[in-house]
Amino acid sequence: MVLMQHAMGATVTRYLLIESRDPCRSHAFGLRCELAAALRTDGAEVTLFLVENAVLGVRAAARLPALDKLAKHGVELLADEFALRERGIGAAEIAAIVKPAHLDTLAGLLAGGARAIWN
Amino acid sequence: MKDPKSLAFLLMDAPFEQARTATAFRLIDATLRRSVGARVFAYEGAVSLAVTRQKPHANAIHGRTLEEEAHPRPHAWITALADLAREKGVAFEWVNCGLCVDERGSDEAVPAARRGSPADFWKMAQESANTLVIPTR
Repeated sequence: MVLMQHAMGATVTRYLLIESRDPCRSHAFGLRCELAAALRTDGAEVTLFLVENAVLGVRAAARLPALDKLAKHGVELLADEFALRERGIGAAEIAAIVKPAHLDTLAGLLAGGARAIWN
Repeated sequence: MKDPKSLAFLLMDAPFEQARTATAFRLIDATLRRSVGARVFAYEGAVSLAVTRQKPHANAIHGRTLEEEAHPRPHAWITALADLAREKGVAFEWVNCGLCVDERGSDEAVPAARRGSPADFWKMAQESANTLVIPTR
Protein backbone atom coordinates (compact mmCIF):
# COMPACT_ATOMS: atom_id res chain seq x y z
CA MET A 1 0.00 0.00 0.00
CA VAL A 2 1.30 3.39 -0.95
CA LEU A 3 1.77 5.84 1.87
CA MET A 4 1.96 9.56 1.27
CA GLN A 5 5.05 11.34 2.49
CA HIS A 6 4.18 14.05 4.98
CA ALA A 7 6.06 17.35 4.80
CA MET A 8 7.67 16.58 8.17
CA GLY A 9 8.98 13.27 6.93
CA ALA A 10 6.34 11.14 8.65
CA THR A 11 4.13 8.88 6.59
CA VAL A 12 0.47 9.73 6.31
CA THR A 13 -2.07 7.18 5.14
CA ARG A 14 -4.87 8.38 2.91
CA TYR A 15 -8.33 6.87 3.28
CA LEU A 16 -11.07 7.12 0.72
CA LEU A 17 -14.63 6.51 1.88
CA ILE A 18 -17.04 6.23 -1.04
CA GLU A 19 -20.64 6.72 -0.02
CA SER A 20 -23.43 5.78 -2.43
CA ARG A 21 -26.55 5.76 -0.26
CA ASP A 22 -28.90 8.61 0.55
CA PRO A 23 -27.63 9.83 3.96
CA CYS A 24 -31.20 10.48 5.10
CA ARG A 25 -32.15 6.84 4.51
CA SER A 26 -28.91 5.12 5.51
CA HIS A 27 -28.67 4.50 9.25
CA ALA A 28 -25.01 3.58 8.85
CA PHE A 29 -24.06 6.93 7.28
CA GLY A 30 -23.49 8.45 10.73
CA LEU A 31 -21.25 5.54 11.71
CA ARG A 32 -19.14 5.99 8.60
CA CYS A 33 -18.84 9.72 9.34
CA GLU A 34 -17.63 8.79 12.83
CA LEU A 35 -15.07 6.47 11.22
CA ALA A 36 -13.90 9.26 8.91
CA ALA A 37 -13.54 11.66 11.85
CA ALA A 38 -11.69 9.06 13.92
CA LEU A 39 -9.24 8.34 11.10
CA ARG A 40 -8.64 12.08 10.73
CA THR A 41 -8.06 12.43 14.47
CA ASP A 42 -5.47 9.64 14.17
CA GLY A 43 -3.62 11.81 11.66
CA ALA A 44 -4.73 10.26 8.39
CA GLU A 45 -5.79 12.16 5.27
CA VAL A 46 -9.45 11.34 4.65
CA THR A 47 -11.69 11.96 1.65
CA LEU A 48 -15.41 11.27 1.69
CA PHE A 49 -16.51 10.92 -1.94
CA LEU A 50 -20.27 10.98 -2.43
CA VAL A 51 -21.75 9.24 -5.47
CA GLU A 52 -25.25 8.27 -6.64
CA ASN A 53 -28.00 9.06 -4.07
CA ALA A 54 -25.43 10.07 -1.46
CA VAL A 55 -25.15 13.46 -3.21
CA LEU A 56 -28.69 14.27 -2.01
CA GLY A 57 -27.07 15.05 1.33
CA VAL A 58 -24.84 17.83 -0.01
CA ARG A 59 -27.67 20.28 -0.68
CA ALA A 60 -27.27 23.17 1.75
CA ALA A 61 -30.98 22.79 2.52
CA ALA A 62 -30.40 19.20 3.70
CA ARG A 63 -28.51 20.62 6.73
CA LEU A 64 -26.59 17.48 7.60
CA PRO A 65 -24.67 18.16 10.83
CA ALA A 66 -22.46 15.11 10.18
CA LEU A 67 -20.96 16.76 7.08
CA ASP A 68 -20.30 20.03 8.95
CA LYS A 69 -18.53 18.06 11.66
CA LEU A 70 -16.37 16.25 9.09
CA ALA A 71 -15.43 19.53 7.41
CA LYS A 72 -14.35 20.89 10.81
CA HIS A 73 -12.19 17.80 11.29
CA GLY A 74 -10.50 18.53 7.95
CA VAL A 75 -12.08 15.68 5.99
CA GLU A 76 -12.19 16.46 2.28
CA LEU A 77 -15.79 16.31 1.02
CA LEU A 78 -16.30 15.64 -2.69
CA ALA A 79 -19.50 14.95 -4.65
CA ASP A 80 -19.75 13.32 -8.08
CA GLU A 81 -20.69 16.14 -10.45
CA PHE A 82 -22.48 13.68 -12.76
CA ALA A 83 -24.68 12.43 -9.91
CA LEU A 84 -25.42 16.05 -8.95
CA ARG A 85 -26.46 16.90 -12.53
CA GLU A 86 -28.55 13.71 -12.80
CA ARG A 87 -30.51 14.81 -9.74
CA GLY A 88 -30.87 18.43 -10.81
CA ILE A 89 -28.73 19.78 -7.97
CA GLY A 90 -27.20 23.04 -9.17
CA ALA A 91 -23.97 24.62 -7.96
CA ALA A 92 -25.86 27.28 -6.00
CA GLU A 93 -27.65 24.61 -3.94
CA ILE A 94 -24.53 22.79 -2.79
CA ALA A 95 -23.18 23.35 0.72
CA ALA A 96 -19.98 25.41 0.59
CA ILE A 97 -18.02 22.71 2.44
CA VAL A 98 -18.51 20.25 -0.48
CA LYS A 99 -16.70 20.39 -3.81
CA PRO A 100 -18.16 18.84 -6.97
CA ALA A 101 -15.65 16.49 -8.57
CA HIS A 102 -15.34 14.25 -11.62
CA LEU A 103 -14.85 10.51 -11.18
CA ASP A 104 -11.38 11.11 -12.59
CA THR A 105 -10.52 12.53 -9.15
CA LEU A 106 -11.69 9.27 -7.59
CA ALA A 107 -9.60 7.25 -10.06
CA GLY A 108 -6.61 9.46 -9.21
CA LEU A 109 -7.02 8.87 -5.47
CA LEU A 110 -7.18 5.11 -6.06
CA ALA A 111 -4.16 5.20 -8.36
CA GLY A 112 -2.35 7.17 -5.64
CA GLY A 113 -2.87 4.28 -3.21
CA ALA A 114 -5.70 5.58 -1.01
CA ARG A 115 -7.21 2.84 1.10
CA ALA A 116 -10.76 2.68 -0.18
CA ILE A 117 -14.07 1.43 1.16
CA TRP A 118 -17.27 1.52 -0.88
CA ASN A 119 -20.55 1.81 1.03
CA MET B 1 4.83 -8.81 -10.28
CA LYS B 2 3.17 -5.60 -9.10
CA ASP B 3 2.02 -3.24 -11.85
CA PRO B 4 1.93 0.27 -10.33
CA LYS B 5 -0.02 1.41 -13.36
CA SER B 6 -3.13 -0.68 -12.89
CA LEU B 7 -6.10 -0.92 -10.53
CA ALA B 8 -8.17 -3.97 -9.63
CA PHE B 9 -11.95 -3.81 -9.34
CA LEU B 10 -14.46 -6.35 -8.10
CA LEU B 11 -18.06 -5.99 -9.29
CA MET B 12 -20.99 -8.03 -7.99
CA ASP B 13 -24.21 -6.51 -9.35
CA ALA B 14 -26.21 -7.96 -12.24
CA PRO B 15 -26.87 -5.63 -15.21
CA PHE B 16 -29.92 -3.35 -15.47
CA GLU B 17 -30.55 -3.28 -11.72
CA GLN B 18 -28.35 -0.86 -9.80
CA ALA B 19 -26.81 2.59 -10.23
CA ARG B 20 -23.59 0.99 -9.00
CA THR B 21 -23.11 -0.68 -12.40
CA ALA B 22 -23.07 2.62 -14.31
CA THR B 23 -20.86 4.26 -11.67
CA ALA B 24 -18.41 1.34 -11.82
CA PHE B 25 -18.18 1.55 -15.61
CA ARG B 26 -17.68 5.33 -15.42
CA LEU B 27 -14.92 4.84 -12.85
CA ILE B 28 -13.15 2.18 -14.94
CA ASP B 29 -13.44 4.46 -17.98
CA ALA B 30 -11.94 7.37 -15.99
CA THR B 31 -9.13 5.06 -14.84
CA LEU B 32 -8.21 4.04 -18.39
CA ARG B 33 -8.39 7.66 -19.60
CA ARG B 34 -5.69 8.45 -16.99
CA SER B 35 -3.59 5.79 -18.77
CA VAL B 36 -3.93 3.50 -15.76
CA GLY B 37 -4.80 -0.12 -16.49
CA ALA B 38 -7.90 -1.85 -15.13
CA ARG B 39 -8.31 -5.46 -14.06
CA VAL B 40 -11.92 -6.36 -13.39
CA PHE B 41 -13.23 -9.45 -11.66
CA ALA B 42 -16.95 -10.02 -12.16
CA TYR B 43 -18.50 -12.06 -9.37
CA GLU B 44 -22.03 -13.39 -8.87
CA GLY B 45 -24.61 -11.43 -10.92
CA ALA B 46 -21.94 -9.25 -12.50
CA VAL B 47 -20.93 -12.12 -14.81
CA SER B 48 -24.06 -11.32 -16.84
CA LEU B 49 -22.62 -7.91 -17.75
CA ALA B 50 -20.57 -9.58 -20.48
CA VAL B 51 -23.38 -11.65 -22.02
CA THR B 52 -23.70 -10.98 -25.75
CA ARG B 53 -27.39 -11.96 -25.92
CA GLN B 54 -28.48 -8.69 -24.24
CA LYS B 55 -30.93 -7.08 -26.66
CA PRO B 56 -31.85 -3.41 -27.01
CA HIS B 57 -35.54 -2.56 -27.16
CA ALA B 58 -37.85 0.27 -28.13
CA ASN B 59 -39.78 2.17 -25.46
CA ALA B 60 -43.51 2.14 -26.21
CA ILE B 61 -44.38 4.13 -23.07
CA HIS B 62 -42.24 7.07 -24.20
CA GLY B 63 -42.95 6.49 -27.89
CA ARG B 64 -39.31 5.91 -28.79
CA THR B 65 -38.10 3.61 -31.54
CA LEU B 66 -35.28 1.11 -31.05
CA GLU B 67 -32.77 3.64 -32.43
CA GLU B 68 -34.12 6.60 -30.41
CA GLU B 69 -34.12 4.60 -27.18
CA ALA B 70 -30.49 3.51 -27.73
CA HIS B 71 -30.85 1.08 -24.85
CA PRO B 72 -27.53 0.50 -23.14
CA ARG B 73 -25.97 -2.95 -23.25
CA PRO B 74 -23.19 -3.49 -20.72
CA HIS B 75 -21.48 -6.08 -22.93
CA ALA B 76 -20.87 -3.27 -25.45
CA TRP B 77 -19.44 -1.13 -22.64
CA ILE B 78 -16.94 -3.90 -21.81
CA THR B 79 -15.85 -4.05 -25.44
CA ALA B 80 -15.56 -0.25 -25.50
CA LEU B 81 -13.37 -0.33 -22.37
CA ALA B 82 -11.12 -2.96 -23.97
CA ASP B 83 -10.82 -0.78 -27.09
CA LEU B 84 -10.00 2.29 -24.95
CA ALA B 85 -7.30 0.36 -23.07
CA ARG B 86 -5.75 -0.73 -26.37
CA GLU B 87 -5.81 2.88 -27.61
CA LYS B 88 -4.14 4.05 -24.37
CA GLY B 89 -1.65 1.19 -24.38
CA VAL B 90 -2.58 0.02 -20.87
CA ALA B 91 -3.65 -3.31 -19.41
CA PHE B 92 -7.28 -4.37 -19.41
CA GLU B 93 -8.61 -7.63 -18.09
CA TRP B 94 -12.19 -8.76 -17.54
CA VAL B 95 -12.51 -12.09 -15.74
CA ASN B 96 -15.84 -13.75 -14.99
CA CYS B 97 -16.19 -16.12 -12.05
CA GLY B 98 -16.63 -19.49 -13.79
CA LEU B 99 -18.95 -21.04 -11.21
CA CYS B 100 -21.15 -17.92 -11.26
CA VAL B 101 -21.29 -18.20 -15.07
CA ASP B 102 -22.33 -21.85 -14.90
CA GLU B 103 -25.01 -21.17 -12.28
CA ARG B 104 -26.56 -18.52 -14.52
CA GLY B 105 -25.90 -20.06 -17.92
CA SER B 106 -24.18 -16.79 -18.81
CA ASP B 107 -21.49 -18.37 -20.93
CA GLU B 108 -21.93 -16.41 -24.17
CA ALA B 109 -19.58 -13.56 -23.34
CA VAL B 110 -17.82 -10.86 -25.35
CA PRO B 111 -14.26 -11.72 -26.48
CA ALA B 112 -12.82 -9.16 -24.03
CA ALA B 113 -14.06 -11.30 -21.12
CA ARG B 114 -12.55 -14.58 -20.05
CA ARG B 115 -13.52 -17.27 -17.59
CA GLY B 116 -11.64 -17.59 -14.32
CA SER B 117 -12.02 -18.12 -10.59
CA PRO B 118 -11.75 -16.05 -7.38
CA ALA B 119 -8.05 -16.96 -7.43
CA ASP B 120 -7.76 -14.58 -10.39
CA PHE B 121 -9.09 -11.77 -8.22
CA TRP B 122 -6.46 -12.52 -5.57
CA LYS B 123 -3.82 -12.37 -8.33
CA MET B 124 -5.24 -9.09 -9.68
CA ALA B 125 -5.18 -7.55 -6.19
CA GLN B 126 -1.58 -8.75 -5.72
CA GLU B 127 -0.46 -7.33 -9.05
CA SER B 128 -2.30 -3.99 -8.99
CA ALA B 129 -1.43 -0.73 -7.29
CA ASN B 130 -4.79 -0.71 -5.50
CA THR B 131 -8.07 -2.58 -5.29
CA LEU B 132 -11.68 -1.44 -5.00
CA VAL B 133 -14.48 -3.83 -4.10
CA ILE B 134 -17.93 -2.56 -5.07
CA PRO B 135 -20.19 -4.82 -3.04
CA THR B 136 -23.81 -5.66 -3.71
CA ARG B 137 -26.51 -5.35 -1.04
